[in-house]
Amino acid sequence: MQVQSMFFKQRASEKLGDELLQGNMRKAKGKFVDGRAKAVAEFGVWEEVRSHAAKVRDRALANLDAYLLEFEANATRRGAVVHWAETAEEACAIIVGIARANGVRKAAKSKSMVSEEVNLNEALEAAGVEVIETDLGEYILQLAHEPPSHIVAPAVHKSKEQVAELFVKAHGKPRLTEIPAMTREAREALRGHFLGADMGISGSNFVIAETGTTLTVTNEGNADMVTTLPRIHVVITGIEKVIGTLEDFATLIRLLPRSAIGQTVTNYLTLTTGLKMPDEADGPEQMHIVLVDAGRTKLVGGPMQEMLRCIRCGACMNHCPVYQNVGGHAYGWVYPGPMGSILTPVYVGLENAGDLPNAATFCHECAVACPVKIPLPELMRKLREQQFDRKLRPWPERLAIAAWAFAVKRPALYAFLSGIGARVAKWMGGREGLIHSLPGLDGWTKGRDMPAPAGRTFRELYRQRSLERR
Amino acid sequence: MKVGLFVTCLVDLSRPGIGFAALKLLEGAGCEVVVPETQTCCGQPGYNSGGREIAKALARKVLAEFRDCDYVVAPSGSCSGQMKVATVHDLFQGEPDLPEFEALAAKWYELSQFLVEVLKVDAVPGKFEGTVTYHDSCSGLRELGVKMQPRYLLQMAGAKIAEMEGAERCCGFGGTFSIKLGEISTRMCENKCESIRATGAGAIVGGDLGCLLNIEGRLRRTGDKETKVLHFAQVIAGEG
Ligand code: SF4
Repeated sequence: MQVQSMFFKQRASEKLGDELLQGNMRKAKGKFVDGRAKAVAEFGVWEEVRSHAAKVRDRALANLDAYLLEFEANATRRGAVVHWAETAEEACAIIVGIARANGVRKAAKSKSMVSEEVNLNEALEAAGVEVIETDLGEYILQLAHEPPSHIVAPAVHKSKEQVAELFVKAHGKPRLTEIPAMTREAREALRGHFLGADMGISGSNFVIAETGTTLTVTNEGNADMVTTLPRIHVVITGIEKVIGTLEDFATLIRLLPRSAIGQTVTNYLTLTTGLKMPDEADGPEQMHIVLVDAGRTKLVGGPMQEMLRCIRCGACMNHCPVYQNVGGHAYGWVYPGPMGSILTPVYVGLENAGDLPNAATFCHECAVACPVKIPLPELMRKLREQQFDRKLRPWPERLAIAAWAFAVKRPALYAFLSGIGARVAKWMGGREGLIHSLPGLDGWTKGRDMPAPAGRTFRELYRQRSLERR
Repeated sequence: MKVGLFVTCLVDLSRPGIGFAALKLLEGAGCEVVVPETQTCCGQPGYNSGGREIAKALARKVLAEFRDCDYVVAPSGSCSGQMKVATVHDLFQGEPDLPEFEALAAKWYELSQFLVEVLKVDAVPGKFEGTVTYHDSCSGLRELGVKMQPRYLLQMAGAKIAEMEGAERCCGFGGTFSIKLGEISTRMCENKCESIRATGAGAIVGGDLGCLLNIEGRLRRTGDKETKVLHFAQVIAGEG
């Protein structure tokens, strides 16, 4: 996906003006937030398991190299081929190479955010491979030629009516109005693709070192078609997805669907360990596992390492009041919301995503929701510190902070300036006590008045009171 | 009991009445209140803008100003979060003065928590007739656990509370966020104002002046000149 994160402000502004989108987002919000809240309340020992899950992820990251090698050995032993991709380009080249070597014409994909991250579809299409997205949301977006706006519910920004419209165009059938009928129609359209694909491409929510297992967590069952029907199965995922044991997986999977949409368990949960055994009926002839770095190792051992705990549940964006209002596309790359406000600058460069770490009020809803306790606001603040140190913010902002810092450390000067400020601003507020526009602060005054100060500072009034009492 | 009042820079500049309300409540409860004259700001605007050293310098300044107090009280959850949480968990981690900041954090209270949990007040001077709705500011709520304390105090003053939908949702202030990303901030604030209007309450009350100025600014811009926007200290001190 092309990086557009430098245009966050403009894009957010467009999204705020998009009435249709606003309506769609409002509908989705309640479902996610209330669903999770209910699931968490029913769970009973949420905080305990959450703390344990954070430890499980930390242990995996502390042993990343050892676990990855263990995973490679076990997956290889079960007949899979493990590939290492240091960059996005390498990941694409590896998969295009596999497709070429095997005469692949059509690839059926289940949902994978890493494939979005590395632009896999474009690479395959350029190599003459037809790519079909089979996750319902991704399928809708492929028809609409749009990127996902959410990591779990990629088409959450679309309404039923918008989808019906797309289906009429794509399927050439009468317009449907009910979601079950629309789903059925999409399934029918996809069935041929599952059977006709030479290659199935899936992501993997985790990869398990002790067994060499990859796995998919879905509600539609499409991943199970993708991983078993075509003769070649390619798994693409990030190196940070490795965990030690099946036991670790058991912990994390209790949190993932609950955090994502308030489900206790998803409809389909499929663990794939190598190729089919001689006595097994289903499964591909070849299995390739592409483990992508693309910037992840840079985080290991550094101040942003905690971000690698992420299990891609989407709770942080569901709970983010900024995301709720602007939607995922505003963020301009693959990962939206709080986790994206950290991952995007980290992966594509802070200079290309300067507004993202600032697109937060530090309300801490994300930090409270995150099932693996990633301190998202603190990580955003670290990025702001890097911006500050590297002087990446616009000069008026830097000047304002420098001036403020100078004054605020000098009480006498500060008292003098704030005394003047309070009087001038009171005068500007007029009889109503409201300032309608303020130079330099139009970000505020465009949509809000600035209530004018009372006119004299607390400091002055308090001194006066003390004198009077004496 | 010697209690230092941390006025906060916003109260000092914009709404001194909130500071005097806090003063009245503390003195009324028998505290010896001191207000160090050199205090300016807790440093949060610098901290959230990435200016770590500025934040540390200001935190040290605050520490020195309130060193000889038994308690420090601030009419703000946000500034209290800065001095109770950010200093100890982040800014002074691994620094020699960490223990001093831990001691400061332990004696530092947000006003409603101090009144309810330390002073255990069972009466307040203010009388309020009518219905209010309460906005939970993010730092106070999620960093410090301020939730029932201000409501309890408001009820003590006779106010009826009509809870709004999403009382715990951010109003969009976020300090410099409200200017840097003003359009998003305004929308978040409008959502908050919608919830406020739906309650029909005559006053929206909160515990952080930043949020209150934000909400008041949006209410007034959208033509609502009636709904009062108050700090809980004003209400319970009888100065609203
Ligand atoms: S950062 Fe946390 S809440 Fe957000 S997607 Fe990752 S695991 Fe989920």
